[in-house]
Amino acid sequence: MGRVVNVVLAGLGGQGVIKASDILADAAFRDGRDVKKAEIHGMSQRGGSVTSDVRFGDEVLSPMIPRGEADFVVVCAASEVEVVRPLVREGGLLIPPDLVDVKLLSDRRSLNVALLGALSHHLDIQDESWIEAIRAALPPRLHEMNERAFRLGRSAAAAV
Amino acid sequence: MPTERKLLSGDEAVAAAAVDAAVHLGTGYPGTPSTEILEAFGALGGWAQWAPNEKVALEVALGASFGGARTLVTMKHVGVNVAADPLFTAAYTGVTGGLVLVSADDPGMASSQNEQDNRHYARAAGVPMLEPSDSQEAYDLARTAWELSERFQLPVILRMTTRVCHGKSIVTRSAAESPRTPSFVRDIPGRVMVPAHARPAHLRLRKKLDELKAWGEASDLIVERPGGRALGVVSSGVTARHVREAVPDARLLELKLLHPLPIERIRTFARSVDRCFVLEEGDPYFADEIRAAGIAVEAKAPEYRFGEMSVDRVRRLLGLDTAPEPLPTKGKPPQLCDACPYHPVYSALQKLDCIVAGDIGCYSLGVMEPYRAMDTLVAMGASLGVGLGLRHVLPDAEARRVVSIIGDSTFVHTGVNGLIEMVYNPPKTGHVVIILDNGTTAMTGQQEHPGTGRTLGHDATGKFSLEGFARAAGVENVDVVDPVKDPAGFLSLLEGRLSKPELSVIVARRPCILAAADIRAWDRANAEKCGGCAGEA
Repeated sequence: MGRVVNVVLAGLGGQGVIKASDILADAAFRDGRDVKKAEIHGMSQRGGSVTSDVRFGDEVLSPMIPRGEADFVVVCAASEVEVVRPLVREGGLLIPPDLVDVKLLSDRRSLNVALLGALSHHLDIQDESWIEAIRAALPPRLHEMNERAFRLGRSAAAAV
Repeated sequence: MPTERKLLSGDEAVAAAAVDAAVHLGTGYPGTPSTEILEAFGALGGWAQWAPNEKVALEVALGASFGGARTLVTMKHVGVNVAADPLFTAAYTGVTGGLVLVSADDPGMASSQNEQDNRHYARAAGVPMLEPSDSQEAYDLARTAWELSERFQLPVILRMTTRVCHGKSIVTRSAAESPRTPSFVRDIPGRVMVPAHARPAHLRLRKKLDELKAWGEASDLIVERPGGRALGVVSSGVTARHVREAVPDARLLELKLLHPLPIERIRTFARSVDRCFVLEEGDPYFADEIRAAGIAVEAKAPEYRFGEMSVDRVRRLLGLDTAPEPLPTKGKPPQLCDACPYHPVYSALQKLDCIVAGDIGCYSLGVMEPYRAMDTLVAMGASLGVGLGLRHVLPDAEARRVVSIIGDSTFVHTGVNGLIEMVYNPPKTGHVVIILDNGTTAMTGQQEHPGTGRTLGHDATGKFSLEGFARAAGVENVDVVDPVKDPAGFLSLLEGRLSKPELSVIVARRPCILAAADIRAWDRANAEKCGGCAGEA
């Protein structure tokens, strides 16, 4: 049975953390995995800390990632990096926001998708699943910009 | 038959089930984590509408159900308190068309003022309750709930929690039913709950529950998952998923029917294992009833009554992890948006050193730095009554500093009753109510309400006038101002009103910064749709 992959996405309200977790969950789903996703929305939409758990594999039971068992933690806000560091498992990877140079993004609001690009470098999810998930989650006028951001993030991760 | 697999939230799954169960009418009041159900139902083409509050929503659904229609009523856990009055007697009258009430509980209080465990309502009101553990079960159990509701002619509560409502997992829908045509069949002794009718109705209710219990004991709503006999766990909802992950070798009795509790199945299960542990989130609802039936089980330590259950906590409870529980990660708290129109209001309240009876919504964030301008927050609409109580008893100098603040949607929800109280029992120093009217139910994600003049789907409809209501109720001073346009004017108006022993309502009107563009677009579309007849909106 394939091991369950655990990804936490973190940041502040308004940064598109939930959107990024929707895209990741959808990409894994389109790739044929069982997927569960959990998060808290509500008060956190008002600029506070937001985290979203995405788990995928052959069979996912709990929707929540046990503390310290995240394989990957993707962080959209520099101020949140130390807050969420305890969630990463030993040998796991934290992807910080400064992995991507925001000056290279045509719109800094696509940082969430750029960091997904960085994450994609480490995951076994097919390219077309990612692209379909991005297109399904965003209006057509934002597709090209976000696909560029995704590729930028992926090459940044490959260059590390 | 739609067999397509989709990744859906639990809320979206309930909406899909409502469509496939041919539900005529969905109604409710927005409340995290339940809000998305009716929005999704509407988006799928269902007849979905917001009610001013949960009591009205349940009454509308009950009427529709008396008329033979299937109905859906959604609310967060505290909303059931508001709807409890009709709920308890609806258990006596019973229903004709299936009526499913979704109670979305919030263990851990991600976005709520308390973490009440609504499983108690099922027992207290005497209605069946089902609980799903993921989106597929949310879909399947919602379908079952409408069937059960009609079979036993009782309202059924579908109890969900934040992780199931907002979690996403894969759902396959099953065959859709065809809608039936509502019609009225008179049943005076069954539906007119005067004491002479209500006494036999109560007997009927208990008989139905006995039948339901017998049915439930043998039903597939009790799922036994095989495992060794060393450890058996009784659980439900998302907690059962945590259990399966934490102790995959344990035998598990997973309850999807929470009321009436299948106590004989639990007794047999407990006997079949060496150690039987009851693992539940929130109150010891299962543990107390199981132990009261004379079944020896272990249950969680009292400190695990608080907050959400998790895989980690299950491991700790079963003694598999003895390390002390780590503190939760401490992130940045939410705050008022930078461009929120309420900043000048809180600035004025702070400057005048007001004693602020607050209410529920985004504006409760006025309690944070830099303003710290809220002194009480209890329940929807409570700012009015609490403010009046303070005014009544405090020495005059202090009483004159008391202000009630309430949002537009919250005012319509239950603030109106408090306003009537203010006119009827006015404090001798008068009182000042500020209605923060940002034109939307902002906190839950910008839903419409009767004061916006737009329906759930944003079409034009009748508009409840906040200031018109205040004037008609007999409030002496009613002002409508834009606090952002003239902050100094707002401050002097408030100061002036506080200095007089009169009743005042100040409507501070300015659209929510997050909703303003949408509101303009909806109003424009509505004006075009009817060729300018919505001009006054």
